[in-house]
Amino acid sequence: MSQAATEIVRISGHAGSVPGAGLNREFRVAKLVDTTTCIGCKACEVACLEWNGYTFTETTFDNSYQTMPETAWSYWNLIKFNEHEREDGSMMLLMRKDQCMHCADPGCLAACPADGAIVQFANGIVDFQEANCIGCGYCISGCPFNIPKFSPEARKVFKCTLCNDRVSQGLEPACIKACPTGCLHFGTKLEMNELAETRAKQLREHSGFPDAGVYDPPGVGGTHVIYVLHDAKNPELYGGLPKDPTIPVTVQLWKHPLKWLGNLAIVGGLVGVFVHFLRFGPKEVIEDEPVTKGEVGEKR
Amino acid sequence: MSREPYLLPNGRVLRYSFNERMIHWMAGLSYVYLLLTGLAFWSPWLFWIAVVLGGATTSRELHPWFGVIFFIAVCLMFRMWGAQMQETPEDKAWWNNVGHYIRNEDDKMPSAGRFNGGQKLLFWGFFWNAVALLLTGLVLWFPHWIPWSLRFLRLVAVIVHPIAALLTIGLFIIHVYMGTAMERGAFGSVIRGDVSRAWANHHHHTWFQQILRDSEARK
Repeated sequence: MSQAATEIVRISGHAGSVPGAGLNREFRVAKLVDTTTCIGCKACEVACLEWNGYTFTETTFDNSYQTMPETAWSYWNLIKFNEHEREDGSMMLLMRKDQCMHCADPGCLAACPADGAIVQFANGIVDFQEANCIGCGYCISGCPFNIPKFSPEARKVFKCTLCNDRVSQGLEPACIKACPTGCLHFGTKLEMNELAETRAKQLREHSGFPDAGVYDPPGVGGTHVIYVLHDAKNPELYGGLPKDPTIPVTVQLWKHPLKWLGNLAIVGGLVGVFVHFLRFGPKEVIEDEPVTKGEVGEKR
Repeated sequence: MSREPYLLPNGRVLRYSFNERMIHWMAGLSYVYLLLTGLAFWSPWLFWIAVVLGGATTSRELHPWFGVIFFIAVCLMFRMWGAQMQETPEDKAWWNNVGHYIRNEDDKMPSAGRFNGGQKLLFWGFFWNAVALLLTGLVLWFPHWIPWSLRFLRLVAVIVHPIAALLTIGLFIIHVYMGTAMERGAFGSVIRGDVSRAWANHHHHTWFQQILRDSEARK
């Protein structure tokens, strides 16, 4: 919010208008991934490892160009490959850079029970604060994109930070810096949306991709990583990008109606037994009550 | 069990054997830990409980293990009491008169066996919810072992686990209230194991009469 502190809204004893008043400054940042110009070189994967201090470890070969089947706790950035045969019989090699989407309405944050373990900054970055993480893994259940990954060694969960440490210092994320084709862009959310729409229009009008479009799913309030896809009607083709991601319905039920119903029921139960005691008191047995010998089951 | 001498030399009646008391408290104490740490994860307003109990990371590590202890205790209870908890016509009569029971009009209550209808509801309520808590708890214990293709298991678990827990909390509140404040003598029965003859006759008439008849027959 440091930028907000430099923006003047009112000036004392000042004749005329306030310079820059009414300026609409965009704090929100976004990463734009243009899947149509990605060549799958994986420079972003390496840059991510280097910047975040992870080393490459042995992985699983999955009969594809993909480095590993899915992102890992120490591997936050993965190019997903898919060989897709189109209706006309032609083949497309689809490549999509998979990482945290930095949802405006993050399911991980909604599901997290630990105070301060997940924060969302005004610029849209959703960041895990591992010092506060208790390792419960609820964020894994809350995420519609399969992003948070549990580290068995640290017993905490990790994911892409959108290079919060770089962005807060005015640098672009490491993956962006490494991209040789310019398919990765970083800027304000508005700029990136505009650029993405321009590119999608170009693809629709000049490159023979009538279904090209921008992936910025509204179900999670939009994301701070957006994609240009040749076929925006079938995002699943791009390594399982969900068509209409939302915070899972059971997570929403658990965190909203169930929580309030449950709290009401617990408090109601405690108040109920207390009032019962005030009204009816204990069941006392008169100790010199004659111990009758009667038939089993008879009504006394 | 029925051959065990229930009439104690001190003139009191054995209500719960040492084994029964041990298993009851194995379940009871592990449940209290599960309840406290579970509530800490349930609401941010109660997160401090986990801090008091050694930190939320510790609570997250230990909660599942206490869950295993609790489930073992519930299984032992099932073996020990399952047959005695089968519903009888007496329980139906008990439930039909539950209003009298609540208003402490015990003279209008039908006779009850060793366990009355309410106690049987408590038992089966805890038993089935414990099964649900164990199954969903295993998923929540190792969410990272569930592949993405089976993520519905996680999504079912996050909603079923708290629902089952809330149902047990309802039973637990009533159980603790009745066992400590409402029914004088009940708490002693699960600590020392015995109750007075009058208590046995008053609350579990059918059971006590059977004890008297058994003891006569043995003479």
